[in-house]
Amino acid sequence: MTSARPKIATCSLAGCFGCHMSLLDIDEKLFELVERVEFDRSPLTDIKRCGPCDIGIVEGGVCNAENVHVLKEFRKNCRILVATGACAITGGIPSWRNNVDLWDCFQEVYHYGLGLEGGQIPNDPELPLPFDKVHPINEVVRVDYFLPGCPPPAEAIWKFLSDLIAGREPKLDQAMLRYD
Amino acid sequence: MTEMTNTFTLDGKEIPFREGETIMAAATAAGVYIPHLCHRPGFKPHGSCKLCTVNIDGRPSAACTHLAAAGMRVESETEALNADRRALTQMLFVEGNHICPSCEKSGNCQLQAVAYHLGMSTPHFTHFYPARDVDASHPDVLLDRNRCILCELCVRASRDVDGKNVFGIGGRGIRSRLIVNAASGRLADTGLAVTDRAVAVCPTGALLRKRDGFSVPIGERRYDRHTISDVTTETEEERPRHD
Repeated sequence: MTSARPKIATCSLAGCFGCHMSLLDIDEKLFELVERVEFDRSPLTDIKRCGPCDIGIVEGGVCNAENVHVLKEFRKNCRILVATGACAITGGIPSWRNNVDLWDCFQEVYHYGLGLEGGQIPNDPELPLPFDKVHPINEVVRVDYFLPGCPPPAEAIWKFLSDLIAGREPKLDQAMLRYD
Repeated sequence: MTEMTNTFTLDGKEIPFREGETIMAAATAAGVYIPHLCHRPGFKPHGSCKLCTVNIDGRPSAACTHLAAAGMRVESETEALNADRRALTQMLFVEGNHICPSCEKSGNCQLQAVAYHLGMSTPHFTHFYPARDVDASHPDVLLDRNRCILCELCVRASRDVDGKNVFGIGGRGIRSRLIVNAASGRLADTGLAVTDRAVAVCPTGALLRKRDGFSVPIGERRYDRHTISDVTTETEEERPRHD
């Protein structure tokens, strides 16, 4: 460890990477961010395992066994865990399947979908086991902060992160509080 | 018109009222916002959502049903009352399926706007993800029970304003649901018209006008531009646009 810069890890579970795209939307402030923090595990670094971190940003809800493993790794290693975006906080769009039987879901997607012929339901042992329901991450681990939005606006992510990095209690104005 | 000589105090502010007026009505007339969902000016008070609970001389009561009386000391904007309101709102969110990113009403939804007003960053409680029916049978109106908060505004509007009595609440407790007054139970088999007050009055996206979804883009809607506390009661509901 050569620097005292706070370490940040990010991941996308049952999400669409939209929250990560919104993080990238802070545009030129990215230069400031990379000077002030160090990134650990993240799709941005391609580091595959999370080490001890100050802040963990989790996008997406929990829809399969691998999501749980990743989420628990984040909780174990991150001092502060932030549920980021509608899916991490409420299950979001993926949770629409919570009232559809999982088998029916698979049939619709892989057998009956428009233009499909001879479709097969993927069954590779390496694929994570899907759950019958999608859950917000706070139903699996303790969460310190919630940053809503679909995605949270870039300014909200920046405000939240700069507060956390500076050791302040993160606070969003009402204008930055969005659920859509 | 009765002269308004009577007053009570609301968070220290003098509020004039007429005999027989509720605390909510007097506060609204004086331009003071008290959070609410099942209340709407012009409708008989319902007192069910409990969001408008205020302390009246130290005792909690619903502002929408409690009649104003001279000299009352009413507290509304206290940390404790707002914490209760936030918890009630969170419970409403987890009890239904309120997925704002995929809802046409987002930005015009009072449930969402109240949650913004109360600074709700998470629904906090364990989600129920209840299985609820959608009724798309009507040519012009969609009924999505996933978003219904059982405020009974459509029930009251259809019965008392439209004179059609299209809606009711069936079931008990957690199994309560909005039902449609037709032998088939389908909205298509009722006299409901898209221009009915019952459709416009819905505070959430449970009753939607079809083919109107994104005519105003997300980000430019009522509560995207104004907080719910700033929206005057006269403009609380959208008027039908294609009548």
